[in-house]
Amino acid sequence: MTSESLLDASGVCKSYGPVAALRDASLTVGPGEVHALVGANGAGKSTLVKILTGAVRPDSGRILIRGRDRKVHSPAEARRSGLVSVYQEPALIPDLDVADNLRLTGTPVDPFMKWVRALGIDKLDLFETARDLPLAVLRILDLARALAIEPDVLLLDEMTAALPANLAEKVLDVVRRQCETGRSVIFISHRFLEISALCDRATVLRDGETVGVVDVEAGVEEQIVELMLGTRTELGRAAGKPQQSAGDRRPEGETPRLRISNLGAGTKLEDVSFDLQVGEVLGVIALEGQGQDELFGVLSGSRRALTGKIEVDGTEARFRHPADAIRAGLVYVPSNRVDALLMQRSVRENIALPFCAGAWGPIDMAKENVRVDGAIERLQIDTRAQGEVQRLSGGNQQKVTIARWIATGVQTLLCFDPTRGIDIRTKREIYSLLRELAAQGSSVLLYTSELEEVQLVCDRAVVIFGGRVVDVLPADIANEPTLMRAAYGLPREVSSDAIPGSAPAHGASGIELGPA
Amino acid sequence: MSTGTAVAIPIGRRLRRFLRDQPLVPLIVLLVGLVIVLEVLRPGIVNERWIANTIKFAIPLAILASCQTLTMLTGGIDLSVGIVATVSAFVMATQVTTHDPAIAIAISLLPAILIGLANGIGAGVFRVHPLIMTLGLSLIATGGLQVYQRTVLATGSAIPDSLAWLGTGRTNGVPNSLVLFVPLAAVIILGLRRTGFGRLLYAIGDNENAARLSGVRAWQVIVVLYALSGLLAGIAGLVYVGLIKAPSLSLAVPLLLPSVAAAVIGGTSIFGGRGGYGGTIVGALILTVLTTLLTVLQVPEGARRILFGFIILAVTAAHVRITEDS
Repeated sequence: MTSESLLDASGVCKSYGPVAALRDASLTVGPGEVHALVGANGAGKSTLVKILTGAVRPDSGRILIRGRDRKVHSPAEARRSGLVSVYQEPALIPDLDVADNLRLTGTPVDPFMKWVRALGIDKLDLFETARDLPLAVLRILDLARALAIEPDVLLLDEMTAALPANLAEKVLDVVRRQCETGRSVIFISHRFLEISALCDRATVLRDGETVGVVDVEAGVEEQIVELMLGTRTELGRAAGKPQQSAGDRRPEGETPRLRISNLGAGTKLEDVSFDLQVGEVLGVIALEGQGQDELFGVLSGSRRALTGKIEVDGTEARFRHPADAIRAGLVYVPSNRVDALLMQRSVRENIALPFCAGAWGPIDMAKENVRVDGAIERLQIDTRAQGEVQRLSGGNQQKVTIARWIATGVQTLLCFDPTRGIDIRTKREIYSLLRELAAQGSSVLLYTSELEEVQLVCDRAVVIFGGRVVDVLPADIANEPTLMRAAYGLPREVSSDAIPGSAPAHGASGIELGPA
Repeated sequence: MSTGTAVAIPIGRRLRRFLRDQPLVPLIVLLVGLVIVLEVLRPGIVNERWIANTIKFAIPLAILASCQTLTMLTGGIDLSVGIVATVSAFVMATQVTTHDPAIAIAISLLPAILIGLANGIGAGVFRVHPLIMTLGLSLIATGGLQVYQRTVLATGSAIPDSLAWLGTGRTNGVPNSLVLFVPLAAVIILGLRRTGFGRLLYAIGDNENAARLSGVRAWQVIVVLYALSGLLAGIAGLVYVGLIKAPSLSLAVPLLLPSVAAAVIGGTSIFGGRGGYGGTIVGALILTVLTTLLTVLQVPEGARRILFGFIILAVTAAHVRITEDS
């Protein structure tokens, strides 16, 4: 097998500090094969891609290209050894025209143009600046540029994500033809439809390990989802999780804290509608890049919506600045703490920051002490490392970003993957805190990349795929397999344990939620 | 990797951390050191009169440096302070011949605030880099001052007694300018620590995006900040003309670079988010003593400037090295 495969990577490991991104990943691609690489968020796909293309060096492992050991140390070397990749983001330099971009990478123009035409773009001005071209065209040009080099192995990362249907069809066509000449393609996609239409085999990654290689045939989706889930260790239910969800307790006809109708923003968020009730923790589940960043951006006031409307407590709201959202009671906790913290300043100043935004005058230190100390105690922030926030641990830093809003008396907390990269103890503390807040009448919108968190903290979960709500599930049926299927846009499985006798009516389907 | 070094924090790191938490200590040590060197070179020079003189000259510089400190905390800088101080001094000196001193002072501070306001609108609203914005307005203000001078050629100029008293006078050996400076410095130091506005300066300089997410409208802070900086520069100009007693079209311009240097030596990070006014005051004193030292050594003017530049660079580099996290 090894001798005849084009690419053979085995035992690839990579750790970033204490975090193992890849434990034991392998990937074997035969000649003339379209090979899918799949895995949930954080499974290690992107790390493996970066290693294959030479952007990141593995800690251990072996990569053979055409049976020869290749130490790939840079994208240029990977390219010379016959592996070319097309990334999710356009790779042309925006301020150069197309011709200059080609010259920069030494791409021959004639084959490039041939591929551009084959990919369905008839008119292309080589002297147009890349910045002025639409995103879909840029993706096509990236692909044509890769094809023009005639690579042995072509790596496509979410190639069809930004493409309209007709161009996507052309791309799949070209990929198929590419393989007829004995070349191979590694195809990374969240779309099972494309995978089953195009790919021969699929390698499934979970928690940094290759957990299976399957032949793509009818019904393979189930097999892949199962592999992606595996048997995962239970985190244990968070303290204070009510058996009854807030949705059930809510009296009929009460205005929701937040009603989102047909919201669209940027290129990814197309049409999302849902309600967030008073006292509810609502999970948002989505694969990477399905529009969740845009959704939280709009709700937190850092981005403008293109379509749709937001109602807070029954009144329509429009946010031009995070300050507007905060005034309406919507506060944002980003996953990346670097975005939210003043790293060189003290815990106190970080927590008190939202107050200073509105009050420039002298600070009542006694009052501030009470508020800050209260928040620190409630979140049990370890302040032994006095002084700068950058000296705190990651978990404690994340607590500071939340404490800031606890101190102000939060109404609606927008949490974007707040437990990413923090330890289990802090995770549990954050879960209990979110439940406590909900019990006290606050509402929480929680985007999470860890599916188990839905049943640990949420009352319901909204699943977004391709910029649209594809399902709304009450927490009691939102187990990992169900969520995973929904997140991949698959229909809900009707199995015996998944039929909720007591499911709230509003949780049955996302389509019913949107205003007609 | 012996266990000893792993458990105990190395002395170097501990010293760094201490210096980082107490940035004033090494500065004061340096200041005292310079004074000692001066005394050794010219025994008897350090007396009450010399100290009072040093303070008198350090104060206008320290006020100008407050503009740099405040703007640098947000990651900006105000390069218009030299000319703004000059404009205020010149306008006051020419207006006082026809107006009451109090009114002349009020009139003279108006252009200072306006220039600062324009800086703030450019930097905060139109997002022009403060370096470019304030440099550009310096040029405009320089030209404006020349135009203004033509219109007042006939009036002549004068320094009101009150400003002369403030700038040069001493009461029981203590310079009168401290009457203005001590409360001013106290307001700035306390304002930075104990007001929302002060905290916001640090917040914007540390992480503007985080400040934004917490609801801070940075542009408002920036506009007010540069207007305030203009006002402070204007006040510095008035004190300085009271000391020099000869208004000219380039009166305080040579103080621009020392004002930046005083803030940097004083430990304010030019990248924003870190620093304070206490260090800046010591920085201004260090620069003033340094000037005296070079004068006493009878170094020729050219060599003096070269040395001055080198010393500023060396002190700044040393300070950054000591206080940055390794």
